Amino acid sequence: MQKKSYKDATLEALAEEMGRDPSVFVMAEDLHGRGGGLSHYLGLKELLNGDTSHMLDTPISETAIVSSAVGAALSGMRPVIDMRFSNCLPACMDELVNQAAKSRYMFGGQGKVSMVVRCPDGIVKMQGAHHTDCLEAWFAHIPGLQVVVPSCPAEGKGLLKTAIRNDNPVIFLEHKTLFKTEGDVPEGDYTIPFGKARIAREGRDVTLVVYGVMVNRALEAAEVLAAKGIDAEVLDLRTLTPLDKETILASVRKTGRAVVAHEAVRHGGFGGELSATISEEAFSSLKSPVVRIGAPFVPIPVSPHLEDQCRVLPQNIVQAVCQMMA
Amino acid sequence: MFSKEELLRHYETMVKIRKFELEAKRARESGDILGNVHLYIGEEAVATGVCACLSLHDRIESTHRGHGHTIAKGADLRPMMAELYGKATGCCKGKGGSQHIADFQVGMLGANGIVGGGFGLAVGAALAARFQNSDAISVVFFGDGAINRGPFHESANMAAAWHLPVIFVCENNGIACSTQHATGGQQAVLNLSKRADSYDMTSYVVNGNDFFAVQAAMEKLVQRARNGEGNRCGFLECQTHRALGHNVGDSQPYRDAEAAWARLEADDPIQNFERRCLTDGVLTREDFDMVSAHVDSLIEDARRFAVESPYPEPDELYADLYD
Repeated sequence: MQKKSYKDATLEALAEEMGRDPSVFVMAEDLHGRGGGLSHYLGLKELLNGDTSHMLDTPISETAIVSSAVGAALSGMRPVIDMRFSNCLPACMDELVNQAAKSRYMFGGQGKVSMVVRCPDGIVKMQGAHHTDCLEAWFAHIPGLQVVVPSCPAEGKGLLKTAIRNDNPVIFLEHKTLFKTEGDVPEGDYTIPFGKARIAREGRDVTLVVYGVMVNRALEAAEVLAAKGIDAEVLDLRTLTPLDKETILASVRKTGRAVVAHEAVRHGGFGGELSATISEEAFSSLKSPVVRIGAPFVPIPVSPHLEDQCRVLPQNIVQAVCQMMA
Repeated sequence: MFSKEELLRHYETMVKIRKFELEAKRARESGDILGNVHLYIGEEAVATGVCACLSLHDRIESTHRGHGHTIAKGADLRPMMAELYGKATGCCKGKGGSQHIADFQVGMLGANGIVGGGFGLAVGAALAARFQNSDAISVVFFGDGAINRGPFHESANMAAAWHLPVIFVCENNGIACSTQHATGGQQAVLNLSKRADSYDMTSYVVNGNDFFAVQAAMEKLVQRARNGEGNRCGFLECQTHRALGHNVGDSQPYRDAEAAWARLEADDPIQNFERRCLTDGVLTREDFDMVSAHVDSLIEDARRFAVESPYPEPDELYADLYD
């Protein structure tokens, strides 16, 4: 174990996978200039000993980036591409939804689309509506895609390595605030299987079902709740597709209560799927209805006080749990 | 110059496409198959002329009108026909159908239900070839309608900027679904090859109903794509004619259907090929008749194979979705 930032942990994972398999390559805007949109590729060249042959600096052409990645993947490569931030995803929905997701299936398995679409998302500060959306629900709704939402540096490393090695198109959503966070990261060849949720904190009274940046916020909430005598279990889903229903249901059957939280807009969010799954399949264990927490149904505004209303923070989770337990 | 064997092979390809499409039309009209079936009748010389210049390992991206490209690239008719029927023996195991027909074994990376969906895929295939130290090139077929989509421009720019071996083959059949190329008000500039100039591509405009014209221009583009330096992209506009509706069942309220068919009879790529070979004295009417009879038997064999093949088992529903 070594303490590393999320940026460094994922950069190392990428460099290791590129060294391990020559079919892995990276395509991103501004890759050689500022090291990608968030400079999270700065240092990659050095980790590759100066070999930039597999680092492609692209034009500002998200549509062509995604579709050329699909074409390369169908021809045997393993591209890792970066969408700069989540609101670029809508510019290439055909390429993600019709081409990446469906090519393998509708061609009867003749080709595989082994690609990773890295995509920073989420609210930081005053970035406005075109840089902040959390769109995981869109992609979780598409058969053929896998959706991965890492929560911390170690998870980022292990999940990114698995994403690169597996043979499916992976939407890899990374909250922008994660990149500077630090944590203990296992050395060497550390991979995390998809579809296996992590119990980030064990508890008896209520299950907090979360993913991505919300995991740390839920852990903070759990500490506050502990001081109030409420023992919360925190589940880090890691991957939304595939979804580890077993671990969710087992936890809820134990605690009898579930709060589902995400930074995405609550209306039509993935929390609805989680809530429905729990309600349908663990109804008899529930002591109270499942509660969903998410952002209000508005584009994210710039003005700080309005923006603050869109954040889903530990206190929102604490409040929801307290109401539920009252 | 072509050898007699080569001419017979190219002729057979065109006849295969024509007869496959006529059989697909019959099957769709009779209800033997359902769904969207887009026919390539009248455009046979384009796919045949282009693919005559390609090797097996070269890769093509197709359109929703993809049967002709698939046949020209060398696919077997049996799994193709079975695919139209949604059978387990289809080249896509019955999951793609007419509009998503594909045969990766011959470098045909798929028909595409999204107009303009293939541009970037072809760029990516060329990129893969470069990484894999292969001399394979990519060809993307598209129509006069698809060139108005943004992905054309992003992909053309990327391929040209990165010196990738991609040839953009524009099948200008004069009509985008039901909107006329010349009079529909959808093109700022009717000369489509001008758009290739924007990306500094070598471009040719040819009579797409003349196999020999298509092949000759394509050959030059292929040489450059495979062996050239710098910008190796090419653009080939093949001016051709869609003899039937957009899809089987399209009553063509937007044009005179009889006149559209008559135009094929007046300028049929297959008859044009025959005439040229007869004039040159390299093939005879007997040669054509032999090919025609042989293709008839291939089509009937493919039809029977498709009809007699089983549908996929129910548990195939989730196969080939994820690992």
